[in-house]
Amino acid sequence: MILFEALYVAPPALTAQAPILVIAGPLIGACAAALSPGGRTAWMVSVLTAAFALWMAVAVAGEVAREGVIDYALGGFAPPMGIALRIDALGATMALLVASIGVMGALYSGHALESEVKAEKRTLFQSGYLLCLAGFLGLVFTGDAFNAFVFLEVSSIGTYALVAVGEARDRRALPAAFSYLIFGTVGATLYVLGVGFLYAATGTLNMVDMAMRLATLGDNSAVQAGLAFVVAGLGVKAAMFPLHGWLPGAYAGAPSLVSMFLAATATKAAIYLIIRFVFDVFPEGEFGEVFLSWILAPLAAAAVIICSVQAIFENEVRRILAFSSVAQVGFILLGVSLATPAGLSAGMFYLVAHALMKGALFMAVGAFAVSVRARTVEDFSGIAREAPWSAAAFGVGAASLAGVPLTMGFLAKWSLVSAALQAGEIWIVAVLAIGSLLTLIYVGRMLEVMFFRAPVRGAERAREAPVGVLAPLFVLAGLSLWFGVDATLPASMANASASALVGAAP
Amino acid sequence: MSSGELLILLTLALPLFSAAVSYAVGRMPDVRETLTLVACIGLCIITIAMFMRVGAGDAPELVIAQPMSGLEIAFRLEPLGALFAVMASVLWAVNSLFSIGYMRGAREANQTRFYVCFALAMFGVMGVAMAANLFTLFIFYEALTLATYPLVTHKGDAAARRAGRIYLATLVGASVVLFLPGIIGVASVAGSTTFTPGGLLPGTTSVVIENVLLLLLVFGAAKAALIPLHGWLPAAMVAPAPVSALLHAVAVVKAGVFTILKISAYIFGPELITALPAATWILWLAAATIVIASLVALTKDDLKARLAWSTVGQLAYITSAAMLPFASGLVAGGLHMVMHAVAKITLFICAGAIYVATGAAKVSEMGGAGRRMPILLTFFFIASLSVIGLPPMGGMWSKFLLVDASFGSGEWLTAAAMIVSSLLSVAYLLPVAFNALFAPAGVKGPEFTRPGGVPGAALTAAGVTAIGCLALFVAAEFIADYLEPLGAFTLMEAAP
Repeated sequence: MILFEALYVAPPALTAQAPILVIAGPLIGACAAALSPGGRTAWMVSVLTAAFALWMAVAVAGEVAREGVIDYALGGFAPPMGIALRIDALGATMALLVASIGVMGALYSGHALESEVKAEKRTLFQSGYLLCLAGFLGLVFTGDAFNAFVFLEVSSIGTYALVAVGEARDRRALPAAFSYLIFGTVGATLYVLGVGFLYAATGTLNMVDMAMRLATLGDNSAVQAGLAFVVAGLGVKAAMFPLHGWLPGAYAGAPSLVSMFLAATATKAAIYLIIRFVFDVFPEGEFGEVFLSWILAPLAAAAVIICSVQAIFENEVRRILAFSSVAQVGFILLGVSLATPAGLSAGMFYLVAHALMKGALFMAVGAFAVSVRARTVEDFSGIAREAPWSAAAFGVGAASLAGVPLTMGFLAKWSLVSAALQAGEIWIVAVLAIGSLLTLIYVGRMLEVMFFRAPVRGAERAREAPVGVLAPLFVLAGLSLWFGVDATLPASMANASASALVGAAP
Repeated sequence: MSSGELLILLTLALPLFSAAVSYAVGRMPDVRETLTLVACIGLCIITIAMFMRVGAGDAPELVIAQPMSGLEIAFRLEPLGALFAVMASVLWAVNSLFSIGYMRGAREANQTRFYVCFALAMFGVMGVAMAANLFTLFIFYEALTLATYPLVTHKGDAAARRAGRIYLATLVGASVVLFLPGIIGVASVAGSTTFTPGGLLPGTTSVVIENVLLLLLVFGAAKAALIPLHGWLPAAMVAPAPVSALLHAVAVVKAGVFTILKISAYIFGPELITALPAATWILWLAAATIVIASLVALTKDDLKARLAWSTVGQLAYITSAAMLPFASGLVAGGLHMVMHAVAKITLFICAGAIYVATGAAKVSEMGGAGRRMPILLTFFFIASLSVIGLPPMGGMWSKFLLVDASFGSGEWLTAAAMIVSSLLSVAYLLPVAFNALFAPAGVKGPEFTRPGGVPGAALTAAGVTAIGCLALFVAAEFIADYLEPLGAFTLMEAAP
């Protein structure tokens, strides 16, 4: 975070209010987009709002780098009565990630929506998109357990609608959105139940307060049940194995922009909240350790192996990427389950890396979708000859996903494996190695078809996507490459996040 | 920028440049091939210049980037790497000459892709040769795998695709599951992966972990084709002969054993290798590989398959050398790397030339082939002698040193395996040359199917390397002296 220390991007008066502006901006933008006269105006609102949120997020990151932790009392009501925003290095990093992806997605939506979303739905689409953005940003900033639920629901309502909009391209988006709705609601209910248990035990909803009181409570089965409910509820949102049933259908059916946005931010925000609860709110103790090493780690390992195998046997590109996302969540949680500074740092680094590469992959699939309705892997035969730039970006994202050296994915896997080695968890190293190999298989299959096969005769001819689609795609793919050669920025942010959680710098 | 840095950059840039130019002028075969030859010769000059500088004690170094702390993309030459680079670049030049004759003679399709991938493969080889740490080596090692994949599947038929799958699955699989965890293990134990004279690991960790790391790294370098990770090499023989000649006798497989030699010399150090039981296990396995591969070679009727199995055995010689608890094993291993490369490329060039000229690919079809191709078969005979290890060929010295080092360190099993395998190689190589050259009067030998018989370029290439086998008999001492720092330094370190 040192890089942000000398960064003053906004006047002090604005910076002081930046934490709430990050969230309020997209909320207001969502209303404005809904009221705008046409898709074009809504798009401009979306881009401007997302850019504003990013600007404010950078301002917050600068403050956090200088001050360590920012406490912001909403409306001036001091916690524990009022709602507090509490932002540390982890929250600032997450907000930067979410807001940057938000800007890229907003830019991308200018052209990419044309083939995937009906014209009359575009204003509302942008509104839902900004609502999601506001929800995720709120989720990573809030310091209040119940407020987190509110933001979770704000974003979820947006995502259910966004997934359903995909029916213009793929009718299966409707049942997928419905199943997502059911899953998501169950998850949110579990989360609220968990928070209820915690409230009953501590009498507060403020996370800092809660942590202080929990530390004095000792072993308490209500608290432990609370943790179980909270993690299970958030696990649904984070697509933590085996609660990921909604994800493949939703990612496959949603418009590419939404798949991209969900893969890069939605699951990540939920993972963030899990990390926050497990490491910040709950007191250190046997229960937490048992939970991490006997529940979280085995489930994450199962996700890595099982979902990678499922991805290998899938035949639709979007579903391959979706199953791959569940597996990659497993990689991230494996790092987190180590509970060491190095492990958390590696997990955060992996989280950023995965957001960038999966974002690039789904964007590239969307770039293909501008001109062809390709669905199965075979439909993409030889597409590299017809749309070389999009295919190149897809290749970069895929290389990063497979962990090819000189991409960010490689460094992410590297730091994950060395963290596991340092912690002495050899079985995790083995799982990571096998998972990487399985990843290579399905990535290699897609790349082989796209780059080395001749196009199927008589199939639709793909065209290169317009610049408005390619530019954000290239930014994401380029970042995957750039951070593979010089990872100073993400590595320092991941380290700062880890030390904000467990104290010592790795 | 110092001249050393410039040399390293040029070594990396020339093959890349050659690949780009080959792609750009792909429609003009004459220009493409002329420029390829120019690039080869340029690369030879540069690597020889580096070789001299290393000999003079002024090793070029270059750091390109540092993605994370402890992870550097950096290059530094040392004697073994300089020797490997010179060997690969000189043989690339010879082999390019052969490629031109072969690819035109056999009227292969997609020749531009062939030349581009070939140049990219050389890029990978040069990076492997110059890498200053395991991480850099790994990057180029993988680049080499990917660049050679399209060459293995060049024919594009079902058999070639199947071979390509085996090739990728074995090499990439071993890299991801064994090699990379091994490298990360080294990094997390020692804090870096830099090749350090005398060894990086001594004194950093426990014996158990050292054993595990040695096993991971040696088996991870699957390009060395140690049984049971040898399957890709015979499978890759579906590739055109120039690919088999350079990549599967010289560049790819030698990158594997070169990696093992580097790991032995600069990661573990001879002193540590001496103490590790895992090194002894690998020695036993290598001894088994030597004998089994030679026996299998005897049964193969397809000449290229026979040569491939012979390569599997010869590679295990070098792996043994790297594991010998005796520093001179490293020198012998480095020497054998060169000797075997020059001899085996000659054999492959001859096999390819015979195939282009007559269509004969099986040993049983080659009786009497010497009547029409006496010079070519003489070259084959010379190279066979070198592989077997008979004077006056270069191969004699390295085998002599290897057996000597095995005896010296009390590894009777390894020494016995080497001697048995030499006898077996007499049995699987000499009959080919004898039946072709001194066939009974009744045998007519295969007819020329190509007008003009053996392509001139191929004959020249085989001649150059065959003479190389002879010349190395004289030059062996020079190379051994050049590699001496490897053993001398480590021996000095070993002294209390």
